Amino acid sequence: MAYLIILIPFALLALLNLLPARSRTPIAFYSTLVLLAGQVLLSPFELVRSAQFEAMLGFNLLLNNFSLILIITSGIILLASLLTAWAMIKEDSKRFNFINLLLILLIAMNGLAMAKDIFTLYVFIEAISVATFILISLNMDKYAFEGILKYLILSVVASALMLSAIGLLIMSSGSLLLTDIRGFIFPSGGTVFSQAAMTLFICGLLIKGGVVPFHGWVADAYSSASPPVSILLAGIITKAAGIFTLMKVMTATLCFTTPVMDILLLVGAISIVFGALAALGQTDIKRMLSYSSISQMGYIIAGLGTGTPLGILGAIFHFINHAVFKSQLFANAAALEQQLGTRDMDKMGGLAQVMPVTGTTSILASLSTAGVPPLAGFWSKLLIIIALWLSGNYVYSIVAVLASVITLAYFLSLQRRVFFGKVPAELSGVREASALLLMPAVFLSALTVGIGLLFPFILKMVMRQ
Amino acid sequence: MNIMIFLLVLMLLAGLWAVMTSLLLRAAIALALTSVVLSILMFQMGAPLAAVFELSVCAGLISVVFISVISLTHRLPLKEYLARRQNRILRFWFLPVLLAIAGLMFFLFKQPVEVHTPARLLLAEVRIVLWQLRRLDLFTQIIVLLAGVFGVLILFGGNKENGN
Repeated sequence: MAYLIILIPFALLALLNLLPARSRTPIAFYSTLVLLAGQVLLSPFELVRSAQFEAMLGFNLLLNNFSLILIITSGIILLASLLTAWAMIKEDSKRFNFINLLLILLIAMNGLAMAKDIFTLYVFIEAISVATFILISLNMDKYAFEGILKYLILSVVASALMLSAIGLLIMSSGSLLLTDIRGFIFPSGGTVFSQAAMTLFICGLLIKGGVVPFHGWVADAYSSASPPVSILLAGIITKAAGIFTLMKVMTATLCFTTPVMDILLLVGAISIVFGALAALGQTDIKRMLSYSSISQMGYIIAGLGTGTPLGILGAIFHFINHAVFKSQLFANAAALEQQLGTRDMDKMGGLAQVMPVTGTTSILASLSTAGVPPLAGFWSKLLIIIALWLSGNYVYSIVAVLASVITLAYFLSLQRRVFFGKVPAELSGVREASALLLMPAVFLSALTVGIGLLFPFILKMVMRQ
Repeated sequence: MNIMIFLLVLMLLAGLWAVMTSLLLRAAIALALTSVVLSILMFQMGAPLAAVFELSVCAGLISVVFISVISLTHRLPLKEYLARRQNRILRFWFLPVLLAIAGLMFFLFKQPVEVHTPARLLLAEVRIVLWQLRRLDLFTQIIVLLAGVFGVLILFGGNKENGN
């Protein structure tokens, strides 16, 4: 089954590029739509298993519950991005290029989710990065190019750190398999070399995740990329390449040593506060959401930094919840940008009257991000804050609560400036976005509400496993 | 051992030159020199295949690409070039100092390390590693190459459409 999750998108990519140029774009759209829906719905089931075929391929992959988190979440976010792209990109060739890159991203993320070896993880992260550089440049915007350049430079630094770490790991432990590295590191803590290697690898992942102090490229790239790419960037790309891999490596190797946990807690807390404060001062809606993403990423890292099962569980849930509600907020921003032609919140107002679906879904996602009960974001933040408190990190716990209040403040400010009040005269002709563009927002907000309401049952089910 | 230290120092100096020089052509040559020295180090350490790849791809192919791109650029006026050279030296003065300090620290605080050096691989074994043990990584390389191909098509195809 594991190899099919990689091979089917690859086969589709190859087939689509063999089709005649005139008819291939709609075929590409519908087949990718079906593929992504299939991935979300069917990947939890063990459908096909052929040991002979797996041995022939020689792919060293492992499909477990942890990898399913990324496989399903990326399926959902890529689906939302695909629908937004179809609604917003008008040229056939651009649509086709976007779908090609989306499939490459899908293969890389699925591979990343199932990789068992630290070098294979690195190669898949590089594949995600290359596809991301090109996706951001699709818009040919000069600020996007500035964002890419910053991302490219930081990515090279991250790659150098990760490759050095891999070299040190193979020198000290003699293996690159995550299970072997765990055997070497845990419970003795490993040698100085293996500790240095893990620290370098984690630093590389934090750069890829765009957390403070490596956040310079995030706001430029997120805000200047085309709307479907912004959904991908904020929803899944940085999280998969940075945060998910960090969670995977940490939980697989059990390298929860005191220095590593201290670094994660500090980076997490600084990201939470910096992101929230920077978001407060923004007038461009996408830049505000970008800084908000940095802040929410901080919560995930802080949860992981506790090193406790509760904190890790909170981090995993916040990873999923943040992917859903942040993608939805970027889908709302896409609807606003298309209907209004601007991202400046000071030029908006009263839009809930003329764009009721966008307004309602945006309020739901904002409240979920701020951690208002009973929405999904509340539960995952609660788990992280409790884990911080129980692990004795009282200051970080209070910082996380206070930053949540700031999050609520900037999202209420966003809602007031964009959706409440009177519609300015120049926006009187504005209508609701197209059904296709609203579909991702409605679907994602249903997920936010659904996960929130069913969370106690979901948590019980996860704890039982 | 002495020849290894000499080569390592030479590689670092070539790397420094690549970063600190203000002429693109010299930077490309310095980078090629770094790769050549690295290849010799790899030969010395018993990794002939890695050395051949480093020599042919990094020192050879990539240098050719760099030099052909540089041949498309224009020379700066002498006055501007001299100003930039001065700025570049001032901007990166700390790099040699940092390297010297790092080298001194490693020399003074060196610890005995147990290193798992893989046995020298025969050509047949290298084939097994590449085509059987690391098959997934080769597949991912194809994905990276495909992403690169789409990138070229999108960036340069777009320029053609725009008439730029």
